[in-house]
Amino acid sequence: MKFADEFRDADLARALGARIAAESGDRHWKIMEVCGGHTHTIFKYGIEDLLPSNVELVHGPGCPVCVIPMGRLDDGIALARDPEVIFTCFGDLMRVPGANGSLLDAKAEGADVRMVYSPLDALKLAKENPDRKVVFYAIGFETTAPSTALTLLHARAQGVKNFFVFCNHVTIIPPMKAILDSPDLRLDAFLGPGHVSSVVGIRPYEFVTTTYNKPVVVVGFEPLDILQGVHMVMRQILEGRCEVENQYKRVVHDEGNPKSLEVLARVFSIRPHFEWRGLGFISQSALQLRDEFADHDAEKAFTVPGVRVADPKACQCGEVLKGVLKPWECKVFGTACTPETPIGTCMVSSEGACAAYYNFGRYSRSRDRERVLAGSAANGERG
Amino acid sequence: MCLAIPARLVEYLDEDRMFGKVELGGVQRRINTLLLVGPDACEPGEYVLVHVGFALSKISEEEAKDQLRILGEMGSAYAEELQAIGESLSLDLADTEGSVLSVSPQEVRP
Repeated sequence: MKFADEFRDADLARALGARIAAESGDRHWKIMEVCGGHTHTIFKYGIEDLLPSNVELVHGPGCPVCVIPMGRLDDGIALARDPEVIFTCFGDLMRVPGANGSLLDAKAEGADVRMVYSPLDALKLAKENPDRKVVFYAIGFETTAPSTALTLLHARAQGVKNFFVFCNHVTIIPPMKAILDSPDLRLDAFLGPGHVSSVVGIRPYEFVTTTYNKPVVVVGFEPLDILQGVHMVMRQILEGRCEVENQYKRVVHDEGNPKSLEVLARVFSIRPHFEWRGLGFISQSALQLRDEFADHDAEKAFTVPGVRVADPKACQCGEVLKGVLKPWECKVFGTACTPETPIGTCMVSSEGACAAYYNFGRYSRSRDRERVLAGSAANGERG
Repeated sequence: MCLAIPARLVEYLDEDRMFGKVELGGVQRRINTLLLVGPDACEPGEYVLVHVGFALSKISEEEAKDQLRILGEMGSAYAEELQAIGESLSLDLADTEGSVLSVSPQEVRP
């Protein structure tokens, strides 16, 4: 098991944890980390063990693989089974189960599915295989979308007509809004994503402070960053402030990366609505290719089933993604659903909350803590 | 897939600074550098964060070293990412056949 003393600044982290404990008082704090990378750090380093039991971290929807709904994955698998197609995607996606098997299963059955590191790899495959149609299954938030956009610009500039993008890029603000509007969950504050913010900057989060009156602190990926972020949102609330703060200034500029925003606007438009696993349809929450890139748009060049598929009944990824359920509260966690034989997306990606809990063996400890919390709630101590 | 890995920019590979050679996990690879403008403008010798073959942003040397240490502690996720980077065809410096370099900058630059 990995504990916080593994990293260099363990003493600093403990001191910060103690300070948070001293300042947290007797109310219950619920702080959502939006980004899957943060979830990974939290479990890898046992951040929760450094926090007092009344400070709860809730894991958000910022894992790109986790939020892809099953129907959308099945669309990809249908494309992959087209004999004319070389289907390309990032490795994380290969083992995600669809309604009838995964991309890996399709590959075993003869589909030409290839794992790529970069969309540029897919473009290169298209150039090398002019008689085939190369489809890149694009996923990811604003961190990854500029890469797809630039690759499309390269493809068009070079006249690579057999390169197609099946676009599943999503944006971070609408699911945050959906979670804030959800009656299931009462949050006190957000830890904003690091890399996404290096693209979009910190201003897009202002609505969280103005409309919902919740503080946001954009944080980095080191254990100390996360603890500092927790302390910063806490200070805001205790001092009666409500702002967007940037703890990760060493990477994130307040205005984001202007060139990335420019290429996003040039290549993509906003979809009227898009289905998210667990969150349902969220309006204006995803990107699609602009009409001028229709020749490269797999959704226009191919016929995909486009069928909405309900998640398996046993799977509770949706509740986990909304932060309503902790991973171990899911009925199949660690039994029917493991990283080796995942049922849901949250167990597949290393950024998924379930995989993070499972891989770092933290679930029994967290469950104990949760029992303590439940006890104090029963005694009316919960803020 | 959401990992971003620090790398040292060795040199730009074209005068329009569309692609650059970086040193990353002990090997040299070719990455796209079109996003390194404005506050992220970067000179050879400086450090960048690399995500799916593209430089996302400029970072300080200190930040690069901190991130590499943390990544090193991550174990398998980092090892898998490095392997994927190593196997990536479009990042291969030796590859010029069918290279994604062959494009004029005004067509790609917004």
